Amino acid sequence: MEEIILRKHTFTILVENRPGVLARVAGLFSRRGFNIDSLAVSTTQDPSLSRITIVVEGNDRTLEQVSKQLNKLIDIVRVNDITNVDTVDRELVLIKVNAGAAQRQEILSIASVFRAQVIDVSEKSVILEVTGPQDKLTAIVKLLKHYGIIEIVRTGKVVLIRGEKNT
Amino acid sequence: MIGSQVLVECLKSEGVDVMFGIPGGVVLTIFDALYDSGIRVVLTRHEQGAAHAADGFARVTGRVGVCLATSGPGATNLVTGLANAYMDSVPIVAITGQVNTDLLGRDSFQEADITGISLPITKHNYLVKDVEDLPRVIKEAFYIASTGRPGPVLIDVPADVTTTDMKLKIPENVVLKGYHPPLQGHKKQISKAVSLIEKARRPLLYVGGGIIISGANNEVLSLAEKLRCPVTHTLMGKGAFPETNSLSLGMLGMHGTWTANTAINNADVIIAVGVRFDDRVTGRLDKFATKAKIIHIDVDPAEIGKNVAVKVPIVGDAKSVLEAILAELKTTPNTSEWIAQIEKWKKDHALRYDNGTDEIPPQLVVEKIHEITKGDAIITTEVGQNQMWAAQYYGCNRPRRFISSGGLGTMGYGFPAAIGAQIGAPGELVIDIAGDGSFMMNIQELTTAVCNDLPVKVAVLNNGYLGMVRQWQKMFYKGRYSCSCLKGNPEFAKVAEAFGAVGMTITRKDEIEPAIREAVSNGRPTVMDFKVAEEANVMPMVPKGASLEDMIETHEVK
Ligand SMILES: Cc1ncc(C[n+]2csc(CCOP(=O)(O)OP(=O)(O)O)c2C)c(N)n1
Ligand SMILES: [Mg+2]
Repeated sequence: MEEIILRKHTFTILVENRPGVLARVAGLFSRRGFNIDSLAVSTTQDPSLSRITIVVEGNDRTLEQVSKQLNKLIDIVRVNDITNVDTVDRELVLIKVNAGAAQRQEILSIASVFRAQVIDVSEKSVILEVTGPQDKLTAIVKLLKHYGIIEIVRTGKVVLIRGEKNT
Repeated sequence: MIGSQVLVECLKSEGVDVMFGIPGGVVLTIFDALYDSGIRVVLTRHEQGAAHAADGFARVTGRVGVCLATSGPGATNLVTGLANAYMDSVPIVAITGQVNTDLLGRDSFQEADITGISLPITKHNYLVKDVEDLPRVIKEAFYIASTGRPGPVLIDVPADVTTTDMKLKIPENVVLKGYHPPLQGHKKQISKAVSLIEKARRPLLYVGGGIIISGANNEVLSLAEKLRCPVTHTLMGKGAFPETNSLSLGMLGMHGTWTANTAINNADVIIAVGVRFDDRVTGRLDKFATKAKIIHIDVDPAEIGKNVAVKVPIVGDAKSVLEAILAELKTTPNTSEWIAQIEKWKKDHALRYDNGTDEIPPQLVVEKIHEITKGDAIITTEVGQNQMWAAQYYGCNRPRRFISSGGLGTMGYGFPAAIGAQIGAPGELVIDIAGDGSFMMNIQELTTAVCNDLPVKVAVLNNGYLGMVRQWQKMFYKGRYSCSCLKGNPEFAKVAEAFGAVGMTITRKDEIEPAIREAVSNGRPTVMDFKVAEEANVMPMVPKGASLEDMIETHEVK
């Protein structure tokens, strides 16, 4: 039996901007019992097209198969596994963290190290906004856990290939 | 012109002259438009029957089959038929009615999210919310269903769309940004394949349903004869290569011939065309064809490398790729030793069955049907032992004449498929080789056959069991026949008569031939109920999960 090594893959998928497309894409992952780590969807410079960026963990061979099957979907224009491609990737996270008067200063200095924006302050909490590659977000979340994170929301990773090549 | 008339005009412009279906609330306007449209609408007695009939029609004619059902239960009754067509790459267009657009998503009466339900079992589907989209959608649906790797396409049409007015304009072209079925194979890949073939010592052609879809029979024959290369086919590939040709090894896989399975594990180059290395074919994968370099030709890139590692992948239409290979071949390999070896295997390991008692061996019935019809009937099958015996003992020389549910294994497929086949090929003899379990699953379609004067024949290999289940229980579950006994089934001859068809019961060997002869010449829908040996097994057999090498050949199972 072949060894199965799990690895995170990033797919960027250009699709026709139509109802149901997302369900078709998600279906190809869910029928294999894959969990989608992150998912970002929006329109592109061409209003008839949308871009889906998906991060999913799986073994290379199975994901290659998924990618081929994605390509078969009629509404899908292009599929690209950019796991090993030179890209810029960004994600945005909002973090609502416990911050009474005693901890507020500490939290604000962590925020400034990570160039996080403080976008809301109340008596007992603050909300920070951080943008960056996923590992940076993970790092600040880890630090803030210490103070008690009330809520988090992340946009999911978005990616473009560096240089003039199309993603 | 209102939506339903637009729909009918668009269907006509796609060349549709027959469809299968059942009316209901939200499709009344469509059926009204069909009433005097000139399109023949065959009323089946269950929507599953309509879907399978459209499928059988498509397989026999090579055209797109069309079925039509109402919303909710009508649509959900199509589901098995869609999944079946999807698995076997059959071009059908299914049209379903839907509740009014303003009622969508509100659990309205007879609302079912059929585009959601059918998502993973259709090649594509549409919910048409604006009548102006209808002509484009229908054009696209037929194009998608019938090109590349064919498959079912569903169009869901809300009732209000069918009554809304528009000015009919049928688009001339299909524009789909994300759909470009490949045709020609890559030149470099073809050259690689050719040099591999030229050096082969023990080449084998492994051909499947893709040959039939692509119409590449003649190319397979030319290649096989030019190379003196033996050929094995899948269940779906029956008719892709003449089984009477001395180079044919018959079917491979779980119930394939000993020779085909042994040959594939000893070949040095396998030319796999229009096949998908299904688990019922390969058995245990790590022991499959380990000595071979594999050339895999398929129109669907997702099939290549899916199950086995391939040396030379070629994405393209089977016919065009085989033509290119034939044109480029300069020398042919010397296969005489290999052929001699295969001839010996064939002689030593021919298919055989027990015929030593008074009981009717089911295989004998199939052999007799083959003999009397000179191997030239259109055969449909149900699923189970009957299907495997039909595949083993009804040798087939031409494409589109062996119609069987391969990928999904749908009991109840064969009879409605025979009805569709008969409508697609009116002058031909169509015989459903059936099991007593499977026939019960769509027996209501006897009415469809009778009302439409369709002289289809059903040969029930009546063993009183869900025979294939019983065989597995005998072999792998200590003979504990849990829920596999069908005692209590009705007398099929009487049932047939009650439906207005001809019924016959055959209990002795000497009755087999006269019964078949009468059935094939009476011009009427006929059910032949053959009471066959109850506990015959399909042999040879590769146990599930075992390697092809571990094939069991003996007939007696302890
Ligand atoms: C719709 C459906 N239900 C269940 C099965 C599982 N199954 C496979 S073969 C078989 C028995 C078929 O019995 P019968 O039609 O009498 O054929 P036989 O094997 O006896 O020839 C069953 C239940 C199936 N393939 N399809
Ligand atoms: Mg049976």
